Amino acid sequence: MILADNQDLWHQIFGFDNYGELLALVKNSIIAGAILGLVGGLIGPFVMTRDLAFAVHGISELSFAGASAALLLGVNVVAGSIAGSLLAALLIGVLGSRARERNSIIAVLMPFGLGLGILFLALYKGRSANKFGLLTGQIVSVDNPQLLLLVVISVAVVIGLFVMWRPLSFASVDEDVARAKGLPVTTISIAFMVLLGLATAVSIQIVGALLVLSLLVTPAAAAMRVTASPLFTPLLSVAFAVTSVVGGILLAIGGGLPISPYVTTISFLIYVVCRVIGAARDRRGNKGRLPAATVKS
Amino acid sequence: MSDSPNRTPLTDSAEPVLRVRAATLAFGDRELWRNLNLDVRPGEFVAVLGSNGTGKTSLLKAILGQQKLTAGSIDLLGEPVTRGSRQIGYIPQQKMLEQGTPLRARDLVAFGINGHRWGLPVSSRAVRRRVDEVLESVGATAYATVPVATLSGGEQQRIRVGQAIAGSPRLLLCDEPLLSLDLNHQRQVSELIDEQRRATNAAVVFVTHDVNPILGMVDRVLYLAGGRFRIGTPDEVLRSEVLSAMYGTPVEVIRSRGRIIVMGAPEGYGAHDHLEHHVTGAQP
Repeated sequence: MILADNQDLWHQIFGFDNYGELLALVKNSIIAGAILGLVGGLIGPFVMTRDLAFAVHGISELSFAGASAALLLGVNVVAGSIAGSLLAALLIGVLGSRARERNSIIAVLMPFGLGLGILFLALYKGRSANKFGLLTGQIVSVDNPQLLLLVVISVAVVIGLFVMWRPLSFASVDEDVARAKGLPVTTISIAFMVLLGLATAVSIQIVGALLVLSLLVTPAAAAMRVTASPLFTPLLSVAFAVTSVVGGILLAIGGGLPISPYVTTISFLIYVVCRVIGAARDRRGNKGRLPAATVKS
Repeated sequence: MSDSPNRTPLTDSAEPVLRVRAATLAFGDRELWRNLNLDVRPGEFVAVLGSNGTGKTSLLKAILGQQKLTAGSIDLLGEPVTRGSRQIGYIPQQKMLEQGTPLRARDLVAFGINGHRWGLPVSSRAVRRRVDEVLESVGATAYATVPVATLSGGEQQRIRVGQAIAGSPRLLLCDEPLLSLDLNHQRQVSELIDEQRRATNAAVVFVTHDVNPILGMVDRVLYLAGGRFRIGTPDEVLRSEVLSAMYGTPVEVIRSRGRIIVMGAPEGYGAHDHLEHHVTGAQP
């Protein structure tokens, strides 16, 4: 009896009946997931060096408010989500140039956004799955026009990052020196917040507002535990993010559960493994220093 | 040892790199300095001394175009200052970089050459060669590919000097670059800065509260205290009667074995315990 219950539970979490047919159904989601992995993985290291993890959370709550308002009004949910994200990102970018200010602004915005979102959802009379999906992610929701929108925005974010990559890295690591060199540090910072707002808005469509950090922060944090190379950090971070999202979708489609627990778990496990590897390496010391002279023992 | 006053040939014909004219800075009714005139010529090493709150950092900010003057003007290479410039090499206070920063030492140096350029951080062969050269000249070749955040404070500061000199700037602006370094690193870092100005004839404006590590290199001193300032060679400015007049209270300047110790500056200007190697009157 208990055994049978357990098996049911197991099937609900990992089901692989009619897997081929299901796979065809969620093809769009997998494509979308891979693209989001690319975006999240690329922007993540900048989120980390600019200390914006909390900002991502704040942006995602306002994005959620925008999306639920769009749901209530019957307009495009992605557009609503983007409107909310950009508003939050710009507010945080313009008002919060100092970390302490920024954190308090985010802490003020976040519950407000969440509250608004809950209000809009409570007023919404449509399918309740749509409501839950905004917070925790959904899997089969990506139809063709939506996919196109996600792809276009993602490509814009990636191009934007590539264009400002070097001055953005400089300004992120060493703001004062970059400013002294004449870099438009404030403009760069606001432009980055816009890209971050867009990236957050598209991520929400797959993993949901509450779990965006698993896509925009965890993969980069994991990569930064094992490498400090300016080339391998984004590459690894992208690899981790794509693995988490696509892997999560592939595991999720068999069972009837939302996709996000799978994504967040894979992402978390990758982080744990990277931490262990990083810690082992720290203990061994020597991070690529050349010996001062030939070492003889 | 090297106490001759004219170490650097200063020709009056050389256009000043930095020209400060009738500059006044006041916050409300608190005036930091009034009518400040200063020309810094190519190859000249000017130390800006004074205690906290006398406007040393504000002066740097004004040169970087981040602080508006109440009156007067500052020109860099004949043009009014803008918000930062590629002709400036800026060396900030030693501040540890965040653990996990995804940059190696050589990437930080490369920013000094092409950090302003848009695009992906791919460096041309010429840039890579220049980075190698700079790393060698600051003695950092051994840790060129090490993550910057894992370097010690002294090593990071060498990399910052490398970054500042990599673009061969005409003016090196140093904001307390020796702070929190041990004596050995203080000497090494200040020698690196001095070598660079000799090699490229760059002007140096060096803000510090302790003149001793750079005493042998300084051509002129700008001393700020109590809303007043004095400009001259160290021998002209760092004298008991001059500082006493500035502080309005008896101050004694003691020279001992090539070091300068300032004693008896008012309490507000902070006495300091490490008399041996600090200008005491200028302590925070």
